[in-house]
Amino acid sequence: MSISQMFSKVTSLAVVALLSVVAIGAALAQNATEIQLSYKDKKFDPAEISAPANTPIVIKLKNNDGKAMEFESKTLKVEKIIAAGADATINVRAQKPGRYEFFDEYNEKTARGALVVK
Amino acid sequence: MVASLIIVFREVFEAGLIVGIVLAVTRTVAQRNLWIGGGVLVGVLAACVVAAFAGALSNLFAGMGQEVFNAFILIIAVVMLTWHNVWMARHGKELAGELRAAGQAVVEGSKSLFALAVVVGVAVLREGSEVVLFLYGVIAGGDSGLGVAIGGFLGLLLGVMVCLLTYLGLVRIPTHALFATTTVLIALLAAGMAAQAAAFLERANWVTALDNVVWDSGWLLSDSSLLGKALHTLIGYTDQPTAMQLTVYLAILLITFVLMRLYGAPAQVTAPARR
Repeated sequence: MSISQMFSKVTSLAVVALLSVVAIGAALAQNATEIQLSYKDKKFDPAEISAPANTPIVIKLKNNDGKAMEFESKTLKVEKIIAAGADATINVRAQKPGRYEFFDEYNEKTARGALVVK
Repeated sequence: MVASLIIVFREVFEAGLIVGIVLAVTRTVAQRNLWIGGGVLVGVLAACVVAAFAGALSNLFAGMGQEVFNAFILIIAVVMLTWHNVWMARHGKELAGELRAAGQAVVEGSKSLFALAVVVGVAVLREGSEVVLFLYGVIAGGDSGLGVAIGGFLGLLLGVMVCLLTYLGLVRIPTHALFATTTVLIALLAAGMAAQAAAFLERANWVTALDNVVWDSGWLLSDSSLLGKALHTLIGYTDQPTAMQLTVYLAILLITFVLMRLYGAPAQVTAPARR
């Protein structure tokens, strides 16, 4: 088998694997807890949100501010830019119980909130 | 001012490391400044475009546009880095040797430079768009604009220092050892970027297989600390890697190794990669 044949085999296998993973992903995303959150004037509303443990979480964040913000949480491993006036969907994988802080990276000191997983 | 310095520095830090490595890798190649400079410039312009369309980009792929876009450009960088390593395994000796000045070597060399210029462009683009949005917000908001602008500028300057220090540190390595060192550095860089791409696809819910966190070493070294961030860029360190990220990481290292073996050794001499 030549190298180019080997390559095309490997590539097609990879594509099949990727597609099946995507299909599984779409199926799993159904059971997530959805939370609404908004942002304006360096404040999250509500400043504290909660979700059940061990289920994926989807945070729907609306940035009502005139500026872009960057939603970030080190513990939740999330980092997302949200343009002025835009909505964003933030997928968070299933978490253990605990308190997870998040903030606007552009105003880290003041613009803070937390997700409490119970 | 200090806050904006920190924000901008944090963003340009990673790009600075990558540009420094690329400069060291290409130090013997003719016209490299043109290519790398071009990569930085295109990266900055693209960052402005991405920043301008940040809202529209986010809305793609059911709100997961940013994640998918980041994963996509990271994958491009991974391909380019891997290709560079494989290419260097074959032609590195010619380039470093007396053939360097010959026309053919320059033509061949620019192929590899193109790949690395793309990597530089991607690094600048990824970090740059966040800086652009931040600075734009500051200017548009008008609150203490000058102090923030000065802070941002100083942060950028510090990022350039990181780039210089990386470069100067690497070029101190003697030429015969530099090649082996940069090969390993680039392979780790590529594997780390691939794992990052996997993380973005996980966040977009495009990849959910093997999504269990294998370990949590945040107590030892947080990947948001400066050292953690440096290691994150250089070798792909993450304090909570998923099984998928680890798999992708190891797969890229393996693929690089196999491809370098397959294509690397020209018939006549021992593999340059082993030097």
